[in-house]
Amino acid sequence: MSDATNFDEMRFPDGRVREAYEAFERWFSAESAGDLRAKAREAEAVFRLTGITFNVYGDAEAGERLIPFDIVPRIIAAREWKRLSKGIEQRVRALNAFLHDIHHRQEIIRAGRLPYEMLARNDAYLPQMIGVEPPGGVYTHIVGIDLVRTGPDQFYVLEDNARTPSGVSYMLENRETMLNMFPELFQQNRVQRVSQYPQRLHSSLAACAPPACSGEPTVAVLTPGIHNSAYYEHSFLADEMGVELVEGHDLRVVDGRVAMRTTRGYQPIDVLYRRVDDDFLDPLNFNPDSMLGVPGIFDVYRAGGITIANAPGTGVADDKAIYSYMPEIVEFYTGEKPMLENVPTWRCSDPDSLGHVLDNLEELVVKEVHGSGGYGMLIGPTASKKDIREFRKKLEARPGNYIAQPTLALSTVPIFVKNGLAPRHVDLRPFVLVSPDGVEITPGGLTRVALKKGSLVVNSSQGGGTKDTWVLEDE
Amino acid sequence: MLGKTAGGLLWMFRYLERSENIARLVETGQRIALTRPDRAENEWLSVLETAGARQGFEAEHDEVSAEAVTDWLLRAEGNSSSVMNCIEMARMNARMVRTALTREVWEAVNECWMTLRDELARKVTTKRLPHVLGVVRQRSAFVRGTLHGTMLRNEIYDFARLGTFLERADATARLLDVKYYVLLPTSAGIGSRLDNAQWETILRSVSAEGAFRMVHGRTRGPGDIARFLILDGRMPRSLAFCYNKIGGNLEYLQRDHGVRMPCHDLSDDICRKLERATIESIFEEGLHEFLQDFLTLNSGLAAQIERDYRFVE
Repeated sequence: MSDATNFDEMRFPDGRVREAYEAFERWFSAESAGDLRAKAREAEAVFRLTGITFNVYGDAEAGERLIPFDIVPRIIAAREWKRLSKGIEQRVRALNAFLHDIHHRQEIIRAGRLPYEMLARNDAYLPQMIGVEPPGGVYTHIVGIDLVRTGPDQFYVLEDNARTPSGVSYMLENRETMLNMFPELFQQNRVQRVSQYPQRLHSSLAACAPPACSGEPTVAVLTPGIHNSAYYEHSFLADEMGVELVEGHDLRVVDGRVAMRTTRGYQPIDVLYRRVDDDFLDPLNFNPDSMLGVPGIFDVYRAGGITIANAPGTGVADDKAIYSYMPEIVEFYTGEKPMLENVPTWRCSDPDSLGHVLDNLEELVVKEVHGSGGYGMLIGPTASKKDIREFRKKLEARPGNYIAQPTLALSTVPIFVKNGLAPRHVDLRPFVLVSPDGVEITPGGLTRVALKKGSLVVNSSQGGGTKDTWVLEDE
Repeated sequence: MLGKTAGGLLWMFRYLERSENIARLVETGQRIALTRPDRAENEWLSVLETAGARQGFEAEHDEVSAEAVTDWLLRAEGNSSSVMNCIEMARMNARMVRTALTREVWEAVNECWMTLRDELARKVTTKRLPHVLGVVRQRSAFVRGTLHGTMLRNEIYDFARLGTFLERADATARLLDVKYYVLLPTSAGIGSRLDNAQWETILRSVSAEGAFRMVHGRTRGPGDIARFLILDGRMPRSLAFCYNKIGGNLEYLQRDHGVRMPCHDLSDDICRKLERATIESIFEEGLHEFLQDFLTLNSGLAAQIERDYRFVE
């Protein structure tokens, strides 16, 4: 836990600068702190003006909040990235194979590698999807894999975001901001581009057009609406792809197709990049109270009239209980050893594991199986005695609801503070696109950074910030 | 384009136009209050009336004062047409139609909102009022400017412009209607009570004193003012001007879509009516009746556009 033992991505333990950061270091030490402070303020003003904000639920006062942006880039060497992306690709292929299997022959269960309860007890598992063949055979078209680093070559997967990973707009806007503020840095460093993401997303989605599509596929983004916390990202992506941003009430089923109400009448949509949860997608097939979805869209989907990305039911693979089986899943479907490791995970549903977890609460991170955004979790080492007592009760009441992991010695990347640089813990979410043509990983991703000294919490909803993520070109 | 987006664009520009018109009205009220304190209360009431905000104001206030009225018109949450509420709504619509706007237009709206939110965070004192009103006008002009300078001339632009001119025509007609007794020809017998301050109010509210002077010199007769604001196609806030633009934008839509809609007939009817009218015939019909009729037609057209282009369902 102590910072001295954590891997510092910028410097060796003896203080020398690692190769990837050399050019940056030279530049930084020649800049005045005052100028950099001014730039940091300027960046905030830009974000505010562009409206790169997220809405905080139940927080009317704050309304739209900015995610703090740090001007120090996180730099990844080409060689490191190559290795990482291989691991990510392997994992994403396994995820899609897994999603296909559990909705078809369920070989992994027959083989005894995954207990059937993992599906039966999983709220995200949709029996309606059994036997359905998604267009192009793709289940999770857009994936975000959360990674943490503990050593030079040691990356762990923290979480697979297979249903609706968000944050890609921050990856792109962070880069734009850096290009505008520090153009000279990009002359001194050969940084791989990320700006092609929206076009790639568009062609990747279009490549999954449904059988009913004739001609150029019409793609649209489905948002729950202006009050959703990620609305900015939804409109940003629609805008960048040059497609319509629709809400449920703009759509209806017309002649067996899902069509959007335009000023010229109803026009069919071929591929819908939905940012609405399964449950709210179709009041006829799922939650009948939902006002966000489109009545009957799931029937059109099953009939091959529309592609829904990501496919309904992909959330099964997001689940933290399934996560603990990912090493088996990767091996089962690829026949290879996983290149990226899981964080060792205790499933509290298992009585032996539960005993171990209860005995070691002050050293563990305990997470809700279905939780997200850093809510409903316990970080043992920094929690108060009272927090631990209260959490113990919750855990004992519903052990199956939790998993536990050791706290890892997360790597640090410096952030810009008042008078220079100070190390802070980071994680990384690279973004992956899947189509029948292959798996594409954008060189970069979203680096989230804990702004408080020593803190391991990087979630934006919990006060974390972001930084630009550079993947350098091969020398 | 989505029907919802067309609606969002139209309303975004309606609200922006409204915020600007309200600011102009407040400016007029303030001017009268400062120069003719004896008439101030009546003038503030007529400002509220023109803004369509009198009922709401009187439900919450017992007394009419410059302070209370300006606060109500500029920043009251309870007044759905307060400048701040209009800007909020304009920005909310802009967020909704963000994909249809250029970055510059969006940023102009967003900056408008951020600036006014700060300016209107506290009560606007008399001392600060001219500055704040100036900011409202400038910010809205700035958004219009980015629209002109950066947007493709397609249906997106047409719906934005329709919003501006439907709202502006409505505002000018209502201003004239509230002042109609001032404008009745002297032969009707009421005109004798008029004085220069009243003429000034009317022209000032639409920032048209200079323009009016250019056309009519220094003599101000009721007929001239009414003709100027209703029928003079050169005057950017006149009904004729607004309908010239509305007709044009609807025609572009018709050409663009290749379909003629009921709203096109409605708009043509209104345009023809304005073309055929003379100020004499209007006074003969009765100015109030004419304006009431116009307001009904104008909002009827807005509703028809909404139906024809499927803003909602």
